[in-house]
Amino acid sequence: MGLPTFEGGIHPPEHKELAEHSPISEAKPPVRATIPLSQHIGAPCEPVVEIGQEVKKGELIGNPGGFVSAPVHASVSGRVIAIGEFPVPNGRMVTSVVIENDKKEEWTTLRDNPDYMNLSAEDLREKIKEAGIVGLGGATFPAHVKLSPPKEKPVDAVIINGAECEPYLTADHRLMVERPDDVAEGLRIIMKVLGVNRGYIGIESNKPDAVEKMKAAVAGDGNIEVHALEVKYPQGAEKMLIKSILDRDVPAGGLPMDVGVVVHNVGTALAIYEACRYGKPIIERVVTVTGRGIKEPKNLMVRIGTPISQLIEECSGFRDEGPVKVIVGGPMMGFAQYSLDVPVTKGTSGILVMSRDEYVPAEKFGPCIRCGRCIDICPMGLMPSMLSIFSEKGRYEDCKEYNLFDCFECGSCTFVCPSKRPIVQFVRLAKSMVKP
Amino acid sequence: MEAVKKQHELVVSVSPHIRSEETTSRIMWTVNISLLPALFAGVYFFGPRALIATVLCIITALVSEWAFQKITSREVTISDGSAFLTGLLLGLNLPASVPFYIPIIGTVAAVVITKQLFGGLGYNIFNPALIGRAFVLITWPRAMTTWIKPDAAFVSFDAVTAATPLGLLKEEGLAKLLAEFGDRANLYTELLLGHRAGSLGETSVIALLIGAAFLLYKRYISLHIPLSFIGTVAVIAWIFGGKEGLFTGDPIIHVLSGGLILGAFFMATDYVTVPSVKKGQILFGIGCGLITMLIRLKGGYPEGVMFAILLMNCFTPLIDRNLKSKVFGFQKKKEAK
Repeated sequence: MGLPTFEGGIHPPEHKELAEHSPISEAKPPVRATIPLSQHIGAPCEPVVEIGQEVKKGELIGNPGGFVSAPVHASVSGRVIAIGEFPVPNGRMVTSVVIENDKKEEWTTLRDNPDYMNLSAEDLREKIKEAGIVGLGGATFPAHVKLSPPKEKPVDAVIINGAECEPYLTADHRLMVERPDDVAEGLRIIMKVLGVNRGYIGIESNKPDAVEKMKAAVAGDGNIEVHALEVKYPQGAEKMLIKSILDRDVPAGGLPMDVGVVVHNVGTALAIYEACRYGKPIIERVVTVTGRGIKEPKNLMVRIGTPISQLIEECSGFRDEGPVKVIVGGPMMGFAQYSLDVPVTKGTSGILVMSRDEYVPAEKFGPCIRCGRCIDICPMGLMPSMLSIFSEKGRYEDCKEYNLFDCFECGSCTFVCPSKRPIVQFVRLAKSMVKP
Repeated sequence: MEAVKKQHELVVSVSPHIRSEETTSRIMWTVNISLLPALFAGVYFFGPRALIATVLCIITALVSEWAFQKITSREVTISDGSAFLTGLLLGLNLPASVPFYIPIIGTVAAVVITKQLFGGLGYNIFNPALIGRAFVLITWPRAMTTWIKPDAAFVSFDAVTAATPLGLLKEEGLAKLLAEFGDRANLYTELLLGHRAGSLGETSVIALLIGAAFLLYKRYISLHIPLSFIGTVAVIAWIFGGKEGLFTGDPIIHVLSGGLILGAFFMATDYVTVPSVKKGQILFGIGCGLITMLIRLKGGYPEGVMFAILLMNCFTPLIDRNLKSKVFGFQKKKEAK
């Protein structure tokens, strides 16, 4: 007992061992990069390049379509060969810019500014905004928006989310082990931008090496604490993380800001550091390629826009013949892919290849037997059983009485359901049928 | 890259992509197994007739569920263990001496009327086994309240009849009950072991507790309902159960006799017919305890567990609707506004 945590949650098999000891290596830049102009929550970007135009690495190719939006940059140097609708990992078609790589690897503007900490908060925020940084944990909320809290919501604490509670994924783990100082610098920048002097780094205790490295990186910094947290899914969900570390309850329907907290992912903190120090836009990220269906699990530094088929080849391909399930993201919240052409985007934390003995076939489901397991483990304190029953019967309005919109679709209920009901899918269905 | 795609079929489904190994049928079969000690005890004390009655219930449950689902063109689900469980539970709730048409008719009432006609597994309002028992108790009151002495069954089937401890307590008082069993300590021991007249599976408290402990260990049931149910019975028995005034009752006799242990651990914990939220479960248990003692002390029947659970089953939807789980961050929101 003793490790800080939240109420509810589940303990799925972790399978982190597949990739956690594999150091981050550079993936080959793609021959063709397909870069979606909407890789974030918020308004899509407007393309600012034309077909045939030569671009350099890091050059702006998409202008944000509003305040809640983030610019998009070229991840390779070369020529724009197409602008059109292409599939992205979440199954949607998104306007994307396709760049043919000329292999020159020419950067636009990369300038080391070791004195970045003396920049004003406004300048730092502007650099983060220009770099197109979004929440790299997968939520892809534009980082500069989180760093611009309205006056009536004073922020007094920043949490760096190193929980990485999704089974299999190890991207954040490797970053904390390999680049703890840069992650810590990222946190310091965020604290400076927000004018906050309380920083926390929350890490699930199944990553003792990461806890140690991060502790060493912030040793002597009285403002930053590293917290080892209980290993429990979804420890890395913002609201759960805030509860675990600060014991504050984000109000239902509210944001972390409502309790004076801003949470950023480990990868986001690193990107923020690189943006502020080098002016480097987000054109690459760490992707864990893992699962028992892949021959050689790896953690790769991958250019945005690289097709996932290339990453599968880079890890020596599929292990077995026959059907596989390729998931972008983790096994709890990730998206199964119908095409291997989809590109890595800013929110792609992992590519999970599940072999036939690993994934559960979409089996028949039974009636709810009201065992209450989902109610006991729902981290949001909802009654998923009732949501699924109402949704199944088409009574979507009744779902609202059971706090439909407080569900963030972590999938814990569906994991534990003995009747194998697709509860989360029923919730998604209901959400799409009624207004909040 | 093309090669990769051709060789491999991609499987697509919605998240989450991993599931726990728990299944409905595994739960049901585990509960069936947990009732085996009680069945063994029943057969030990009441002889082969106890086994025959129970097996009749189980076979009838499987056949009637199969027949109903065939006739109504539904998927046959008798392998999920729930019909088996209904039959087993009803069998354990019968006197060993019942004529053999009673288990059969009771089970049809349980499986067809109570369970299938309401929509099948997950949709029944009442505990099927208990409706089955209530049906035959009301229809054949004499046969259903004729109890045989436990060890007499080995000698012959038309064995010596005896009253249940609760029956003795109600009709003839504590003194007579103690006289029957020697002294108080001996009474407690016999009640724990199950060496007393009663329904064939309800008598052995020890056998029932072994099964209940197994279910608790597997986390298939929690203590919320059993503890609040049994606790309420004990408190009321202590306050109102004595003839010499308030606070003179013997709670232990009330807890160990009748169908309380079987009911509290195996019937009032039936997922489908009891509240799913923990605080609702505690309320449910207290309600069961109150009704049980009302019937035991003031009602026409010596035992009230069955009616108590059935009556509380009616309240389950109401309890679940009004005692919802606490939504994360919900209270704070109200205060802020």
